[in-house]
Order: sequence, then C-alpha cells, then structure tokens
Amino acid sequence: MAWSEDDAERMREAVESVYRAESRRVLATLIRLLGGDFDLAEEALHDAFTAALDRWPRDGLPSNPRAWLVSAGRFKAIDVLRRRARFDASLAHVADRLGDGVTEPEPYDDEGIADDRLRLVFTCCHPALPAHARVALTLREVCGLTTEEIARAFLTAAPTVAQRIVRAKAKIRDARIPYRVPSPAELPERLGTVLQVVYLVFNEGYSASSGESVTRPDLTGEAIRLGRLLTELLPEPEVMGLLALMLLHESRRTARTSADGEIVLLEDQDRALWDRDLIAEGTALAERALSSGRIGPYALQAAISAVHAESPDAASTDWSQIVGLYDVLARAAPSPVVELNRAVAVAMRDGPAAGLALVDAILARGDLADYHLAHSARGELCRRLGRTADARAAYRRALGLAKQEPERRLLARRLAEPAAGSTTTG
Amino acid sequence: MKYLCLVYSEEELLEAVPDRECVAYDAALRADGRCLASEALQPVHTATTVRVRDGRVSITDGPFAETKEQLAGFYMIEADDLDEAIQIAAKIPPARVGSVEVRPVRPIRETVVASRLREAGGPSSAGV
Repeated sequence: MAWSEDDAERMREAVESVYRAESRRVLATLIRLLGGDFDLAEEALHDAFTAALDRWPRDGLPSNPRAWLVSAGRFKAIDVLRRRARFDASLAHVADRLGDGVTEPEPYDDEGIADDRLRLVFTCCHPALPAHARVALTLREVCGLTTEEIARAFLTAAPTVAQRIVRAKAKIRDARIPYRVPSPAELPERLGTVLQVVYLVFNEGYSASSGESVTRPDLTGEAIRLGRLLTELLPEPEVMGLLALMLLHESRRTARTSADGEIVLLEDQDRALWDRDLIAEGTALAERALSSGRIGPYALQAAISAVHAESPDAASTDWSQIVGLYDVLARAAPSPVVELNRAVAVAMRDGPAAGLALVDAILARGDLADYHLAHSARGELCRRLGRTADARAAYRRALGLAKQEPERRLLARRLAEPAAGSTTTG
Repeated sequence: MKYLCLVYSEEELLEAVPDRECVAYDAALRADGRCLASEALQPVHTATTVRVRDGRVSITDGPFAETKEQLAGFYMIEADDLDEAIQIAAKIPPARVGSVEVRPVRPIRETVVASRLREAGGPSSAGV
C-alpha cells in the first residue's frame, strides 16, 4: 500500500492527538506496572509512542490506543530491565518480578486506570516531599507541563525546577514512597495536601505573587483541569468545594483587569463580563458540597464567592450573608487572613468604623504586619472615614510590601488621589 | 526495607511519657517482627562527642549540637514502604511530645559487595 505524504501526516497528527489526550493516563498506569519507578515509566512512555509512530501507519489506529500504549510501554521497559540486569545482577530479580509471565505485549484492560491517575496525584503530593517539589512534580507528571513552562509560571529558574523534580523522584525511590491511594483513615489529611497543591497552582495563576501580569491564565487552567479530574475521580465535598471556588474566581477573570492591565476591584467590575456558565457550574458545585453535611473551608469560600456572583451589582450584595459565612469559615479554618476578609465584609455591612476596629485588633496582635492587603484594607477604611493622613500611612506601608506590579500601581494611585471628603482630623 | 526512627524531644517533656508505655510499644513491635533494634538513651548530659581532625582526637562534653530537642532513643524497623514506616513512627509514645525522624537505611554492605562482584568480572563478564 503506497503511503502518501498526506497519509503519513494524518497518522502523525493522530498520534499527537492521542499523546495529548492519553499520555498522562498511560504514564500513571506504567508507573504502577513498573513498580513505582517514575524514570523507567517515562522512558517506557517515550518508547511506546515511538513504537506507535512506527506501527500505526502500517497497522492502523488501534481500537484502544491507551491499552496498546500501556502494553507496548510495559513490554519495552521489561526488555530494558532485562538488558540492564546483565550488567547488574541486583536488577535481575526486579526484571523477573515485573515481567512475570510477560513474553509479548498483552492486551491490557482499562479497569483501574482511574485509580492510577489518583495514585499519581497522591504520590506527587505526598507530605514527605518538600512543598515546592509537590507543585513542580504534579505540574510535570500529572499535567504534562515542561520544566521550562513550570519555571516561567512560577518565575523560578528552570534548573531550580529541574533539580526539585530530580530530588523528589529520588526521594520517592530512596525512601520508598508508595504508589497508592491512601487508605480511608489517611485520606482526609492526604487529600488536604493535594487540594493545597491545586489551590497553590490556581492562586499563583489567579493573582500572581510578583511580576507584571495580574493573572497567568495557563496556571489557572491547569489547576481547574486538576480540580475537574479530582472531582471526577473522588467526588468528596471539599474537592467539589475547591473546584467551585476556582470556577467562581475564574468567572471574573476578564473583568478583573482593565484593557491597560490595571486592577479593577470587585465593586467596580463590569458584571456583564462575568462568565455566567462558570458561575452556574461553580454555584451548583458549591451547593452540592455544602449540602453534604461535611462543610469545609473551600466550600465556604466558594459560597462567599457565589453570593458575589449572584448579585446583579455591587450595591445589592448581601453582605449579611457573607459575614455569616465568614463566621462559619472562621470556626472551620481560623486564620488572620480569614479574620481580615471578615473585617472587610463587616465594614460593608456595618460601616467602616466597625471594620477598622477589627483590622486594628489584628494588627495590634502583631498578625499580618507584613501582609500588604491588611494595610491596604486599613487604608481604604481610613479613607472612607475621612482619616486622610492615616489612610496615606497605611497605603504607603502596603506599597512597601506589595510585589505585584499592577497592585503597586493601584496603591500608588490611591496615594496620589486627593482625599475624598477629607476633614482636618486624622 | 529498613528505616531508622530517631526519637527527639525536649527532656522535660519526656517526663510525661512513662517508660512503661515505651516498653509496651517496643514489645508489640518486636512481637510483630517489625523492630530490629531499639533503645532508650541516657539523658543528653551523659553524652560525649568525638571528632578526629588532622589525626588528632578531640573530645567534647555533651551532644554534637545544642538543639532544643535532643536524641532520646531510636527504633530500627522493617516496613514495606514509607507510609507504613510513618504509621509505626506515629505510634511511638514520645512522638506526641517530640519529633521522630524517619530515614531509610542505605544498604551499603550489599552495594559494596555488588560493586566488588562487578569489578571482579562477575555475572556481567559473559555479556559484555
């Protein structure tokens, strides 16, 4: 059969499309089949796709490409191990154990593949790995980002990211971190670590901690994809809550920055730009999570975001409901930041003086002294009370601490404004 | 696989953990066959630190470093993986007042033997 350039090109595209759709799942399964060895599994994945490029043009696209790739990868890996065993006798038993009964690629059934992706996520997010490494490893192995993409996203040097990943894999191997989904007893805490990683990735994309742009959409997209995957495989209330929170935040992304790249605060955003589909999906998930009876911090934060999303304009916002939700959140996950956000909501419900008293109490304790948003909140509340000098001092403090360019410009603008309705006091 | 569990604690806090409890846990681990060696240590004031530099032996009184938590004891355990080792470590009674470091053992005897075999042209010599 004569292969035209077109046929060859179409087959290459088909393989690429299979790679994009399936490579992560194939990797997750290969890691399990190859005894938890990440590097061996990655080599096997590469070999499997090389084999696909070679065989599929001749034999056609297999009916189950994923199963084909898993079989091919596993077969080649065992071959590699057996060859290595000739130079290192200690590897012989590994090859034997993994290759037990495998003399040729065998059809592989799809059962358990969903579990393999969960195994991969839980392993990459194991608490025994350093926090930075969990993020890098998850983005690399679960999301398929390159080292360079991860480095760019977090404004780190690529060799630093590469080293974190190498060390993480070494620890998985040397300390024998098992490739498994945690038992029910361990699950709540281990799931917490996974959700923390996902939320960290989302936050870095949503309100980048430094640098020029306010948001980095590629990271928020990855985090949401991870959230969807987790919700599909593990529909727990807090998983749904986190996805809901991310979707609701994401729904406002376009409205959050002006055409010039400047920050637009929530009260000033054009709500027509909010993505109603994301809001509907996020709100529905938040409701499901809250009705489960196991109400956690992510679901509560999502609920707060949903209250904003439901409001046709800033003035109609149900601040009482928001304060109520913050009251519950403060019990579920107490932290100075939660207190601060509650204080801002109280100010909206009861007036700036009430909110300022709460913010001052936090700062007086010594909490959030270096948190720029605490000082900018204080500045805003002082400004509303006409306490111009205090407002300026607070904004200046915030400016000294803020690292993200658009935020700094916003604070600088506040400082440059003539006082609104100022009095001679303050 | 072997893991060493190093038990660290502030000494005053250890007083809240009765020896009876530690002995009972140790006995349970040994009965399971998962404990290969374990001891409680005398308090840190009994420690002496030995260093040799340029052929000279230097002896100092006390532990190698003055830290808030000091080494109080150890367990050498056998576990299938880190999660199992962590579960065992979490039940060590002083874990509730101090810290337990869990570190995998490096099988240097085996790797040294294996490299000697390779150098001597062991099983690989036929295949090269």
